[in-house]
Order: sequence, then C-alpha cells, then structure tokens
Amino acid sequence: MNSSIVVDRLTKYYRRGERPRKNGASPSLSGYVRRASHLIRATGGSQFRALDDVSFEVERGDVFGVVGRNGAGKSTLLKILARITLPSSGRAEIYGRVSSLLEVGTGFHPELTGRENVYLSGSILGMRKADITRRFDEIVAFSELEKSLDTPVKHYSSGMYVRLAFSVAAHLEPDVLLADEVLAVGDVNFETKSINKMRALNEQGMTILLVTHNMYLIQTVCKRAICMDAGRVVADGPPLSVISKYRALNLNSRNPAEEAALRKKPARMVSLFSEQKETSPDSHLTAFMRAEVRDQRMVRFMLRITAPDALHYFSVYSQPVRPIDGCVACEVTIPRIMLMPGSYYLWGAVCAVGEDRTILAEDYIPLLVSGSVEHLHKLNFLWNEAAWNIPTDEPIASETEVR
Amino acid sequence: MLAATEHLQFMTEMSNKPSTLNSLATNLPRPPASLDHRLVKVSIEPPKPWLSVNFRELWEAREVLYYLTWRDIKVRYKQSALGAAWILIQPLLTLVIFSIFFGRVARMPSDGAPYPIFMFTALIPWTLFATSVSRGADCLVTNRQLLQKVYLPRLAVPLARIFGALFDFSISLSLLVVMLAWYRVKPSVHLAYLPLFLAIELAAAAGATFWLSAMDVRMRDIERAIPFFVQVWFYATPVAYPSSLVHGRWHKVFGLNPMAGVVEGCRWAMLGTKSSPWSLVAMSSVVAIALLLSGVLFFRKMEQTFADIV
Repeated sequence: MNSSIVVDRLTKYYRRGERPRKNGASPSLSGYVRRASHLIRATGGSQFRALDDVSFEVERGDVFGVVGRNGAGKSTLLKILARITLPSSGRAEIYGRVSSLLEVGTGFHPELTGRENVYLSGSILGMRKADITRRFDEIVAFSELEKSLDTPVKHYSSGMYVRLAFSVAAHLEPDVLLADEVLAVGDVNFETKSINKMRALNEQGMTILLVTHNMYLIQTVCKRAICMDAGRVVADGPPLSVISKYRALNLNSRNPAEEAALRKKPARMVSLFSEQKETSPDSHLTAFMRAEVRDQRMVRFMLRITAPDALHYFSVYSQPVRPIDGCVACEVTIPRIMLMPGSYYLWGAVCAVGEDRTILAEDYIPLLVSGSVEHLHKLNFLWNEAAWNIPTDEPIASETEVR
Repeated sequence: MLAATEHLQFMTEMSNKPSTLNSLATNLPRPPASLDHRLVKVSIEPPKPWLSVNFRELWEAREVLYYLTWRDIKVRYKQSALGAAWILIQPLLTLVIFSIFFGRVARMPSDGAPYPIFMFTALIPWTLFATSVSRGADCLVTNRQLLQKVYLPRLAVPLARIFGALFDFSISLSLLVVMLAWYRVKPSVHLAYLPLFLAIELAAAAGATFWLSAMDVRMRDIERAIPFFVQVWFYATPVAYPSSLVHGRWHKVFGLNPMAGVVEGCRWAMLGTKSSPWSLVAMSSVVAIALLLSGVLFFRKMEQTFADIV
C-alpha cells in the first residue's frame, strides 16, 4: 500500500479522421444527414490504439520517468492520469491530490497582467486563493519578474511568459505531480533552477511522474522509468536499462536510405574497446581503436565522452595519421577521467583532418564511472581536484575562524 | 554529527551501487510521517453511460468558477473605448429601436403601460437569458486549451459564462430601476416574486447552455446557428408584445417556452399588470426544470469525451 500510482491494463482507442469520399464534393441531403449522425455519435473513420494494455506502478515519493519516441503514447498516458480524457478500458488509481502540468501557462490569458495571471492560473491548476496569496511573493521572486508584474502578459517575451508560468506551477503543493516535458523551458539558468526546484519538491515527499526526452534528466533524477513504443510498455526498470532500450529503438528505426548512405561511408570502425569497463573519477582510462579507411586519406582519431543522451563532456583529437594498407589503429590514454560516478558513453571515431573535423566513422561503448570520491556533491557535473596552498600560521587560522 | 553519519552512509551506498547517480533518489529522506495522512484516492475508469453531478467537486471548484467568471468579464471589455458601458448601451439601443418601430409605428398594445417601460421590464430579463445562451454555446470550444490541458469540473466552464451574464444583468438592472422611477411606477407587493421568476429563468438558461455547449463540441453548426436561434426565441417570447395577443390553443403551446412565463412574470411583478401570469409561469417552470435536468445529464454524459473531440 505504498504505491502512489497504480496503472492497470490501460487501453485507449482514438478515431482517425474520416477520409473524404471522392464524389463527396456535391452536397446532398443524405450526405449532410450522414455527416451529422457521425458527428453526434462520434463514429466513422477507423480506430487506432494510442495505448495498448499499459500497466505499471509508481511508488510514493519516487520520480518516475516515461520515455519513448514521438507517438509512443506518452502524452495519452499522461492525459488519462490527469483525468483529461478517459481510457477505453482498464483502470488506474492515484493516491493523493494530483496536479498536472501538460503545458506551461495553462489558464494564462494574454490580456491579463502577470499578477492577475498568477491568480487565474494558480486557481485553475488547483491552488486555493489563500495559498496563492500566501506564496505570491515567493512565486514572483522565483520568476524574477517583479518589475513586469502589472504588464499584460501579451507584452512579455516568450522567456518571461514561460518563467512566470513555471513559477506558478512550481509552487503547487500536490501529493502527485504529472509533468510533460515542461522543464525544457527558459534559458539554461532557469532550466537548472527548475530542475533543482523539482528535486526539492521530490525531497519533500512529492511523487513525480515525468515525461521527457531528456535522458540526462531521466538518468539523474528518476528512480525508475518506463520506455513506451507504439502504445505499449517495452521496458520497465532502472533508468539506465530503460535508456538503453530507448536508444536501441531509435537506432533500429533508421530507414533504408540512411543504411545505404552508411555503407558508402569513407571509413568504418573495426573495433573500439577500453582497458577498463569501469573506472573511478580520479583514475585513468585507456582505450584502443582500429578503423578501415576506404581511400588512403589522412585521418584524426577522436575520443569523446558523452552522457547517455549524447550530451558532450569532452572530445580529444589525435594528430593526423596516414593509413597503412587502409587501416589505422591507436591506443589512447586519458590520465584522469574526472567524471562524477555515473553512466556514460565512450565514443571512438575517425575524423577528417580539415577544420570541421567531420566524423567519418564512429562507434561507442558504455562506460561506468564508480567509486567513492571525497566531498562528493550530488549536483556536481564533473569531478576535479586541486592543489591547495594554505598558510598554516596560527594567527591567520584563528582569525578566519572568528569570522 | 548526524549529518556526518548520513554522509558516510551515503558514500558507502554510492560505492556499492554501479549507477550511483540513480541511487540519489533512494538516499533522500523519506517523506515525514505527517504527510502520511489518509490520501484521497482518484479512480480513473472508462466512460460510463451516465454520470450524476458531483456537487462536492463542484463546490470545491468554486474559486476556479469565480476566476473563470472574473476573467471573462475582465477580458471582454479590454481594449474597447466604451468598455463596460456596452452593458448599458446594448439594451438602451434595442429599447429605442423597438419603441420606435413597435411602439410608435406599429402601435403594439402594451397592457396599459407606456410601451418603453412595458418593453424594458421584459427586455432586461430576456437579455440575461439571451446572453447566457449565446455566450455559453461556444464556451467549451473557446476554452479548448483548458479542457485539453487540465482537469477541472467541466460544468464550471458554462457556469462561468452564465455568471458573467448575471453580472451584466445586475448592472442593467440598475438602469431598469432608473427607468421605473422615470415613469413613476409604484412598486407593488408582486415585486417579492421577482426572485422566483429569475430562478426559473436561470434554470432555463443553464439547461439550454448545457445542451448547446455540449452539442457544440461535436457539431460546430451550433455556433453558426446560435444568433438565428436566439432571434427566433426572442420573437417566441412576449418581450416586444403582450402575451394576451396569443389566444386559445396557441396560448398553451406558448407556455412551453420557459421564457414566456418568466418574462410575463417579471412584467407582472414590476408593473402590476392586470392579467395574472400564473398559468404561464406554472408551465414554464416545469419546462425549465426539465430543461435543466436533461441538460445536466446530457452534459455529464458528453463531458467524458470532450477532450478527445473538441
């Protein structure tokens, strides 16, 4: 009985629009009657399954991720859980007060001022007027829009609009929050702020179901996730396994034209492996690469570390090398990896020697960084160490303490 | 000290788990016991053939209803030179036009009262109904954004439009009071019945709005037909003419229009016209209540698919 959301065999059909008949151009009475009856009874057209027998459970206090390609049924799932639309069959139960954020700025009206919209939108999203008044200053401070509060929001820039809207949303206090991609708003600073706010809300005990394409977010904030495809749950488990399933889906969906283009590539990676499958933040990493190069052109090796969503951490390039019998090979060592414990991808590639360093062929392997690091802070992006030179004279030390 | 042990434990778990960042969520403190109150359960199920009205939910949404009404009123007269004065200008212009054509030119009988005040005592209540229905019919389609993005009791959306019309009504009512004073009409004890007639009117207006707005989601023809529909209804209601013009059998059919009884009743309450309105009122209130109940049921049935179709 510690579940927050229980989803049991949810299925949802939608109707596809009716195709206009070829001779439907000439209006006839029977035609009108038929159309009216289709409209009223909502029939006609063909059906498709947006959700197909979806079941999962979310534990109380978790951040639960939902990933999947476009059209996989993520939004339909969210709409059903938010009670915006009803399932065709199956059922779901949610324990606690629910707030849903399916878009940023629900309930905003362009003609009203920022202040008015805070109240309007807050109320529509489920806040009591008294709560809005109580937290009004907090909301405004979070949005950093103190000066534009009495301007109609139609005069806001899109960034300002989104900031105010998100600030309202961030101050909801439900037991369960359903959110769809809304964190991808604002500039980088505001996005970081939003993500931290979400973490903070979760730490206070809020259960969050998050639909997103941001794999970094899935990996770093979610405790569990599911991956959906064609209306079904195709993976359910810890974020990493779900992310790799998602990646596999995307890789398999290459179309034939792309495949053909791949075969014509000027180079091919033959092998890429690293000495260690697992490393720690302060230790080294050695990798080996071998590639075939079609024509005898010069190439550079590249080694790159990315997050599972392909966010680049760094790339290092070799000097240009000349293939021997159409082959190039190398051993490369990074003295200190300096990454936080977590999951990464190690990419090896051969690139053109020109200015743009076009990648000719690439491959990747998973890389695990583990181990304990001193003074690990959960929000850090990179690990590093420094040589500290601190005078140890007694007077100075005590003075610092007094301060 | 506590922080230090926690930190230590955190570090140990970090080193044991392969994907350490993911375990952050596990290491966070559990929600305090105070949050462990008996949580409300939300059940999500496939559509049902009929739904009753969830009055508790509607009551809890009263603030949303207030803000939706407030928004509609506030936004309606933004960026207009005359602003809220339009609430008064519209009935006044109608009055002038009808007084000239029906009162002066056609010499319409007016139950002994001067034609302008005879017309106006019916026009103001009629306008409440007409505004509710014509603004309410497309309320779901214009609030599509809301319906597709957030859950709120759907009935609040048409209700907000009706409350908006009620706001206009309360303002134009003051104009009516001025008119009554101008024509030196003495208030009678009949005035006490006015709220009853308004209640019947609101039932009819809400019923019609629920029907029309729910149908409009499926068939946009409703929106197109509304102005015409309201106009026909206007002429079927004794606003510009007395109901005494309608005789015999037709008088019974006439009573099927809930607004006929309402308008005659209002006129009787304010002007103390001789003819008693009660036979009309009785019929009208039955029809109005039937319209309200069927409207609510129809709306509740249809609202389950609003978001998919709108």
